Amino acid sequence: MSSGASRTPSDLDAIIVGAGHNGLVAACYLARAGLEVLVLERQPYIGGAAVSRRLYEDFTYSNCSYVCSLLRPEIIRTLELPKYGLQVIPYEGGCTMMQGGGHLALYDNHDALRREIARHSKRDAEAYDRYSRDVMRQCKFIKPLLMREPPDPTSFKPRDLKELLYLGKRFHGLGEERMYDTLRFWTMSAADFLDEYFESEIVKAHFAGSSIIGTALGPRSPGSAYVLLHHYMGDIDDTVGAWGFARGGMGAITKALGASFEASGGTIRSAAPVARILVRNGRASGVALADGEEIRAPLVISNLDVRRTFLDTMDAKDLPDEFLRQVKNFKIRGSSGKLNIALDGLPRFPAIPEGSPCTRGDMHVTDTIEMMERAYDDWKDGRWSRAPYIDMLIPSQIDPTMVPDGKHYMSVFVQYCPYELADGPWDAAKRTAFGDTVINTIARHSPNFKELILHAEIRTPWDIENEVGLTEGNIFQGELTMDQLLFNRPVPGYAQYRAPVRGVYMCGSTTHPGGGVMGAPGANAARAVLRDLGRAH
Amino acid sequence: MTVAVAAAQSRYDCIVIGGGHNGLVCAATLARGDRSVLVLEAGTQVGGAALTREFAPGFRVSAGAHLLHLMPADLLRELQLESHGLEWAARRMTTTALVPGGARLCLTAEGAEHGLSAADARGYAAYSARMRRFAAALVPMFSRVPPRLGKEGWADRLALLRIGWQIRRLGRRDMRELLRIGGMNVYDLLEENFESAALKGALGFDAVLGANFGPRSPGTVLTLLYRLAAESAAGASGMSQPKGGMGALCNALAKAASAAGATIRAGAPVARILVEGDRASGVVLESGESIGAQTVISSADPKTTFLRLLGPRYLDTGFVRRVKHIRARGLAAKLHLALNRAPSFSGVSEAGLHGRLLIAPSLQHIEHAYNHAKYGEFSAAPVMEITVPTANDPTLAPAGEHVLSAIVQYAPYALKEGWESGRQRFMDTALDVLERFAPGLRSSITGAELLTPADMEREFRISGGHWHHGDLAFDQFLMVRPVPGAAQYRTPLEGLFLCGAGCHPGGGVMGIAGRNAARQVLAAGNS
Repeated sequence: MSSGASRTPSDLDAIIVGAGHNGLVAACYLARAGLEVLVLERQPYIGGAAVSRRLYEDFTYSNCSYVCSLLRPEIIRTLELPKYGLQVIPYEGGCTMMQGGGHLALYDNHDALRREIARHSKRDAEAYDRYSRDVMRQCKFIKPLLMREPPDPTSFKPRDLKELLYLGKRFHGLGEERMYDTLRFWTMSAADFLDEYFESEIVKAHFAGSSIIGTALGPRSPGSAYVLLHHYMGDIDDTVGAWGFARGGMGAITKALGASFEASGGTIRSAAPVARILVRNGRASGVALADGEEIRAPLVISNLDVRRTFLDTMDAKDLPDEFLRQVKNFKIRGSSGKLNIALDGLPRFPAIPEGSPCTRGDMHVTDTIEMMERAYDDWKDGRWSRAPYIDMLIPSQIDPTMVPDGKHYMSVFVQYCPYELADGPWDAAKRTAFGDTVINTIARHSPNFKELILHAEIRTPWDIENEVGLTEGNIFQGELTMDQLLFNRPVPGYAQYRAPVRGVYMCGSTTHPGGGVMGAPGANAARAVLRDLGRAH
Repeated sequence: MTVAVAAAQSRYDCIVIGGGHNGLVCAATLARGDRSVLVLEAGTQVGGAALTREFAPGFRVSAGAHLLHLMPADLLRELQLESHGLEWAARRMTTTALVPGGARLCLTAEGAEHGLSAADARGYAAYSARMRRFAAALVPMFSRVPPRLGKEGWADRLALLRIGWQIRRLGRRDMRELLRIGGMNVYDLLEENFESAALKGALGFDAVLGANFGPRSPGTVLTLLYRLAAESAAGASGMSQPKGGMGALCNALAKAASAAGATIRAGAPVARILVEGDRASGVVLESGESIGAQTVISSADPKTTFLRLLGPRYLDTGFVRRVKHIRARGLAAKLHLALNRAPSFSGVSEAGLHGRLLIAPSLQHIEHAYNHAKYGEFSAAPVMEITVPTANDPTLAPAGEHVLSAIVQYAPYALKEGWESGRQRFMDTALDVLERFAPGLRSSITGAELLTPADMEREFRISGGHWHHGDLAFDQFLMVRPVPGAAQYRTPLEGLFLCGAGCHPGGGVMGIAGRNAARQVLAAGNS
């Protein structure tokens, strides 16, 4: 990575705070528009929560985010990510194992999955056609909204009215019945939504899983149906719903973004933590690093979440009181943990037939919605779930480059794990106990799992916050609840990537359309910046 | 009330199924619109779930809701209920939140007293003012027919614009705040505003009363705003207790309906709705007697109306599926106690007994109570809304003795262990809680009754025993209540209307659904 030390600060147009995927996406678009852009990253490596790390021998861990599904295809194309080394390999399957043995396999192929569901319930197999049709309809309704600025419903500006009209037209275009369905879908709980289609617990549990990942909600909480969709918006080469691995781990995405950015003349400085965003005469004037170095630029775009940006790196006196009040009200809750495990070989899962493709995708062991809801109840009381929901993957089966010969890497995402425990702060002993809870949960379904473990990295929300800089370790930089979506995200009246201080912008998943390794916030923020510079394209 | 003898008439303009408050309001409004109206009530007296009945020798109580605070003042005036015998035992009743250890918190319309930090006292004033402004913006929704979406009709478009305009004219700051908190849960809202656990518990309780929600469920700010809006639509009289209990209200409604020319038959359960050609043509009673009518208006809940009284064969499958998916399983039980002396709650003065008492010490306490309900268990430490009706109206019990009436949550309709064994265990659980706040209460009990949602289903013929004939929630609200295609009180079957709590604007002793429906019927007739 080239060093920014040589450059004289004066010729900088924009500074991006944080080299997460959204920061880099924004940086790429701005650099391609001809701006002089400097990206500052606190860590000695770039990537934020999309990283590949070697923490044990020659094993590569995707130690935060672990699947590639939401990254917008238009971004992949425009920024030529494949040219810079990004390769996405689709899943072949997935599964949910049942407590009493047996399993439900997940296949990308609709008919294959339909047949699989029929093993558990003929009625549900028929309902599945209706279900996937309805969910896809919602995906298609929302997809175009991802890459647009949410309008401010309180504003009379032509742009906002035009956007509101656009939304209204799209909504109206659904037709009366579908409009009602959409109203209900956006406000329902995943459990209620699934109850309207399916009868078998395992099928409901299987689909409900994606509604709780990363959120401090249970499957019975109204609004969780929408989050279910959020994870269905996965989109590789425009095949809605597909998921995949990035070859070389999630770091490959941000590596490709970094390369694309530098190829268009951008500069990245890592190990350069920003302490403050500088404001002079009511507008951005640059940043000050932790070591006191000041770098001047008329534009500062923050990839940090809204709390970090405005409460930690800006001066309260530069911001309106109402804005600050709303920033403090923005809910960013740690609800997930992560285990990264180096394995001496491939664990056996008796519930899954030998050689079935469904061990090559995401594996789960929660077979009822009640189990998920009870896991959530633990979180509400400040405990990690005694029977957590886990999203478990062994990417090394598909991407051998991540591990030494014959070895394997397992990524285990854990829901729920609180940032603050009821019985006092996290410590080493509690972290280990949390890890054991997860490992034992897996071991109940894999007799040889424990003896295969060579190394396990256990990450609580507290660890994720400290390493990645995500408040409370929240993977979405803020809850995806009804009150924090669209024009409410992150702050009512400031949902269009612009901060109350001229020249300061937000580009993280803390903004619309939110989290997941999607890149849309970064691209939208860049567009807002360019529009303000009169360089709209 | 005295059962009016049916005129020897076998055909009416309108038949109203069900003599609950909504059915009676609907009947009275139709009769005042010069329609010949017959009300058919299955029970031996009118009132539906809003009736007063004896639960122990000499002790009477409002079997369902025990407080009147949602029925619009203009409706009471319009039907001249006071001249038809409605009297008030108490108005503007206060709320006292009971706190373990004998502390207490008193909430009035004016403000909160006792045991509040300075910050909370200030915060409460600002919070109440803001919530009242938001509620006021929602008021116009209540008395209007929910618009249909995607219709070119100007009425619908206008109705939508009006809703938008009401919110817009709050001003930018309020509008933003309303649009933010509207989708929130009441737990977060109250955490943002207050310190005191007791205050948060008391304010949060009203958001989940009668709802299938805990304080952490998103949508509970909506249910709270909804209650506040209904209260402000009802006028400034606050929580009231009709003299003689809620049944007295329905008797006055029945008198108003009769005075306007409606015929009321109690003990006349409807077996099914008659269909001729492709429209409703009357009803058949369980006795076999059939009665013709131009229009049939059902105050029964949507599932009962469409699936039992009408039957799926007259409806298309998509509509039937929607009806089957209405969430309408009650979670509120009603506890009635006959006491041989006035109850005494630790720290509560005699005056406190004239208002309502809440047992909801903290939001977490309520949430824990709700957790059980999610899994088909009753709450281990239930929350309660308590009144002592006899403190305001001695006629409900023998001289010197008292009645305690409590709404107890959560008591899920589909209790895993079944209510046969569950009833007694839940009653004991509830009494243990009461004893903790009112030491010595148990020893004064001479009679007791617990109405579970299962009992209410049987007794009041509400499927699921749900007070609101269906959860109040975003996805069962306004133009999707009870289901698309029946949200404007009309149904897919020509000549059949709904007028019950299952419709907009929902349950509670409000009566607006009945009046809105009647207006739709009259409009349909005139057009």
